[in-house]
Amino acid sequence: MSTSPTVKLADLPKAQPFVLSDDERHEIEHALGHYPDSRAASIDALKAVQKRRGYVCDEAIPVLAEAIGISAADLEGVATFYSLIFRRPVGRHVILVCDSISCHLTGYDELKGELVKQLGIQPGQTTKDNRFTLLPICCLGACDRSPTLMVGDDLHGPVEPADVKKLLEAYA
Amino acid sequence: MSRAAKDANYQKPLTRLIDVAAGPLDLAGYEAEGGYTALKTAVKTLQPQDIQGKVKDANLRGRGGAGFPTGIKWSLIPMGPNSGPKYLVCNADEMEPGTFKDRLLMEQAPHQLVEAMAVAAYAIGANLGYIFLRGEYVLCAERLNKAIAEAKAKNYLGKNILGGDWGFDLYVHTGAGRYICGEETALINSLEGRRANPRAKPPFPQIAGLWGRPTIVNNVETLCNIPHIVNNGADWFKALSQGKSKDGGTKLYGCSGLSNKRGVWELPIGTSAREILEVHAGGMKGGKKLKAWLPGGASTDFLLPEHLDLAMDFDTISKAGSRMGTGLITVVNEVQSIVSAVRNLEEFMARESCGWCTPCRDGLPWTVKIMRAIEAGEGQPSDINTLSKLTRWLGPGRTFCAHAPGAMEPLQSALKYFREEFEAGMAVVKMPESGDVCALPEHGVGAKADYAKERMKWVNQ
Repeated sequence: MSTSPTVKLADLPKAQPFVLSDDERHEIEHALGHYPDSRAASIDALKAVQKRRGYVCDEAIPVLAEAIGISAADLEGVATFYSLIFRRPVGRHVILVCDSISCHLTGYDELKGELVKQLGIQPGQTTKDNRFTLLPICCLGACDRSPTLMVGDDLHGPVEPADVKKLLEAYA
Repeated sequence: MSRAAKDANYQKPLTRLIDVAAGPLDLAGYEAEGGYTALKTAVKTLQPQDIQGKVKDANLRGRGGAGFPTGIKWSLIPMGPNSGPKYLVCNADEMEPGTFKDRLLMEQAPHQLVEAMAVAAYAIGANLGYIFLRGEYVLCAERLNKAIAEAKAKNYLGKNILGGDWGFDLYVHTGAGRYICGEETALINSLEGRRANPRAKPPFPQIAGLWGRPTIVNNVETLCNIPHIVNNGADWFKALSQGKSKDGGTKLYGCSGLSNKRGVWELPIGTSAREILEVHAGGMKGGKKLKAWLPGGASTDFLLPEHLDLAMDFDTISKAGSRMGTGLITVVNEVQSIVSAVRNLEEFMARESCGWCTPCRDGLPWTVKIMRAIEAGEGQPSDINTLSKLTRWLGPGRTFCAHAPGAMEPLQSALKYFREEFEAGMAVVKMPESGDVCALPEHGVGAKADYAKERMKWVNQ
């Protein structure tokens, strides 16, 4: 049995220094002003980074934690709890497909099937061209338009399987 | 024609100014329709306790699902000059499956909520408030922030409101997903920037809530009633239910699933489910018969067509063995599978468990596993028994919060009303020698072990 490592340490990616942009810094400072305790701005801070970079990279956590005044472990605990804070890279457009009861009763299975077919990925995955990430989501509160989904900030519904191809084309 | 003229009798206070095609009123438009009158009346002529008294007399019950009397909730908050910082939080984390009423109120009448929060904050002596809004409600956030900025510029928010010595700051806090944030104490943890695990009660938030201070958490629809109660009085509010219920006011009812029309309608509280489904939603789609309905969300027990004539209020629906919950009905038709619907509900609940306590974290995925097997026709004879045991093991008093007991409600009612559908999901196997078809026996010890061996022979073929 060989004892030599399969990956050389030197070949592993090196951590890039993470620097908050002025924009991000401004947004976090603005959020901090809303609360008597700075910790409450945790989610706002994570979102400020995610909004501009698509996701929250590992290197961002200690920097944001310092800005808020809590430990990096605490902030990581928050970041990994919430389903809409992404700790891994996502595609340019995140598709949130409602899988709750009203959509289930009005065609979620067919809609999801068509999305999986068109995108060639399963929920939780990102297309190879980094264009779309497909994720399930809690009831989107638009049951009068079920079955529904969101692409980025846009709510769509009712979405028939036949509409999916055209709908996706609108997001480059 | 002014918007209010369409509802000259003031019978639909919450939605009377809503015109979806025209969009929400800005500050000037809202003021022209009588907006911010309640805040002026409150700050200039009423003591906080007067408003608390009116709300209690009006018999307003919480519209978030639990139906707790709002006046009583407020009366638990310490008052007086030395009561220190207190907070008002609006629960706008609408994620209950099948519920889409608060979105309407926030998108189409943002000033109504802003005024309501200012009046409610005055009534409990709070100087700081938050609207805890789910992150996906992008349009609500935009419109509420605009309304808050307009109200602040006109001194309806901020310091020394309307020249008095009371001030109130209001912010929109947007969440980042997770259904559990709608649980009152989990919401407070989330707002503080922590993981949204529920807190032990007592102490209740009215005594020790946000940052350990007295806090009132109210649902969007509950709060939106407050200015109207201040403007028109408790007796007017109670009369809105038109004798259909002993509760006061109107309720945003709705219907979704395969009904002819889907939507939200403001009706007297206590309106029958039949009227909601047959008159407002136009009955079932495609002439299909109704099989079962959820009165108000994923954590309410299924009811049957025979229950349609019940008044949709908290007490009546409770007596029928369910809960009104959010009051937005989800209908299941005769060809849809209850097993599949329950599987969907339990998958949702299992995914959204915060994982804090064991019965919920482990019991819900177990339920899902069994439901998936039954749906696939691979159920085992003991499965129905296990499911009914789970409804007790995850029932009230066994878990840290109401999440798992809520998840058990549709399951226990489905087992009660549609047991044959669960039984139909048992696996069948043809015995090799006799050719008899029989239910797949349990994996077992002793005498049952032979059956298990028999089964494996078939599985391996």
